[in-house]
Amino acid sequence: MSPKTLYDKIWDAHVAHESEDGTCLLYIDRHLVHEYPVSDVRQGIVHIVGPEQGWTLPGMTVVCGDSHTATHGAFGSLAHGIGTSEVEHVLATQTLIQKKSKNMKVEITGKLRPGVTAKDITLSVIGATGTAGGTGYVIEYCGEAIRDLSMEGRMTVCNMAIEGGARAGLIAPDEKTFEYVKGRPHAPKGAAWEAALSYWQTLYTDEGAHFDKVITIKGEDIAPVVTWGTSPEDVLPITATVPAPESFKGGKVEAAQRSLDYMGLTAGQKLTDIEIDTVFIGSCTNGRIEDLRAAAEILKGKKIKVKRAMVVPGSGLVRAQAEEEGLAQIFIDAGFEWRLAGCSMCLAMNPDQLSEGERCASTSNRNFEGRQGYKGRTHLVSPAMAAAAAITGHLTDVREMM
Amino acid sequence: MEKFSKISGVAAPLPLVNIDTDMIIPKQFLKTIKRSGLGVNLFDEMRYDRQGNEIADFVLNKPAYRQAQILVAGDNFGCGSSREHAPWALADFGIKAIISTSFADIFYNNCFKNGMLPIVLPQEAVDVLMKDAEKGSNARIEVDLESQTVTSSDGQSFKFEVDAFKKHCLLNGLDDIGLTMEKAKSIDAFEAKAAMERPWA
Repeated sequence: MSPKTLYDKIWDAHVAHESEDGTCLLYIDRHLVHEYPVSDVRQGIVHIVGPEQGWTLPGMTVVCGDSHTATHGAFGSLAHGIGTSEVEHVLATQTLIQKKSKNMKVEITGKLRPGVTAKDITLSVIGATGTAGGTGYVIEYCGEAIRDLSMEGRMTVCNMAIEGGARAGLIAPDEKTFEYVKGRPHAPKGAAWEAALSYWQTLYTDEGAHFDKVITIKGEDIAPVVTWGTSPEDVLPITATVPAPESFKGGKVEAAQRSLDYMGLTAGQKLTDIEIDTVFIGSCTNGRIEDLRAAAEILKGKKIKVKRAMVVPGSGLVRAQAEEEGLAQIFIDAGFEWRLAGCSMCLAMNPDQLSEGERCASTSNRNFEGRQGYKGRTHLVSPAMAAAAAITGHLTDVREMM
Repeated sequence: MEKFSKISGVAAPLPLVNIDTDMIIPKQFLKTIKRSGLGVNLFDEMRYDRQGNEIADFVLNKPAYRQAQILVAGDNFGCGSSREHAPWALADFGIKAIISTSFADIFYNNCFKNGMLPIVLPQEAVDVLMKDAEKGSNARIEVDLESQTVTSSDGQSFKFEVDAFKKHCLLNGLDDIGLTMEKAKSIDAFEAKAAMERPWA
């Protein structure tokens, strides 16, 4: 048998019907539509609650009517965000009409330097490949730096596969994955666990399997990063300066100029000189316990200088755990608002919005025009970087505070 | 679903890369799951000021483009969220085809489910059609799905690729769920087999 990628294996195990032209009916194991009452401690963002409750398991096909479903790929499950018509299709038929995507490998070799996190990895990859770099592909993230990440960190990486244009992001399950899943409310138990585990242990890319595109980044080359523009590909190390639009090619020249106008920035300005009004820590990208720990570590004993700062845990359980660990008190003492679980200012569908011209260091995933509020200005950063900006009142290299 | 075969219409130029779904239909309009009525809010924050007045120099507010049926746009159109409100808003406005060098994957798929044709062409072709679109209502661009061609107002023709199954569905106005139901036996058989092999799932 020819060697297969992880994606090939999961795909092959779920094709319920294949037409002559290669159009397939992909069988869907999990359609995340479950809702917990707002008063339930398990309530929260679906991409945080799903893994927490053990709904997400390795080797599964997972869909949800939200693009950040890619998050669940961290478990080695093939997870697609879908639109309303596809939601209807899955509800009616338990399948998705799909053609197989191409295989892309993103390898992060070696170790990360201190102060560099999963968010910096995933933003740096998008910075390198562009927001359309993954279009038509399913990305498998691998390499030592990925293996070294916790499950929370892996979810952060896969979460933003969608900002890189990919159909899905995947990380092969390993002992860390199995350890995380074991004992969760909806994870298999007893003999079913043993059977599942022996299957999950076959879920890796075979030696010599073919990838259509390969990107390799050295872990040690990744710095804490920040976005300067209005596309998630507008990524630079915090030590850099705002780029000149002329330094880009093609249609990106006008786009960069438009971004600078929108963001109120000038080419050549140091990123660390950019003053911040608001800090938002939360979202399906960075609303997990590890994210709150990383931010609290920086904030401990300090006070914020920004006008407004909020922490919105990704689920009620994350919130409860953070209170138990004393993190909530650190945030409150520093001057942060300690909020109930939800999406909040990532999507800004509720009143948590930026006002015109308000500038935010945000741990969310999209810096699009108007995303966090009409004419609001978003800089995407890691939780540690967000905490650093909260303390100094401007974008800051978190490594200087460690 | 409405059939799509051939259209000839005014194309609106949107020479911006990475036009995202938040631009196409901002979040405040996502509380509906009706597919109709969103056209008026298409590109809301680019099209209207805070008082709700039209911004005169936005392309779809210009007299020449109010009836546009085609959009010509920069790379990576439709990036961002899976909100199907984006194609719904475009369709409700009257857009039937979008031409770009590339589309975000979920948006691309969502278009076909709503009788809309996203067309991928090389940069040179998009440049020609963009120039053509800039001529306004005197320049009609023709899109023919059957022959998979786009023709500019001065007769330059460009061939495009489209998945055979998606083309078939669009040409015949076929509903995905109906087609899949014809394969219910395969799905049932698969499900029974999967229940044996992966009972934990």
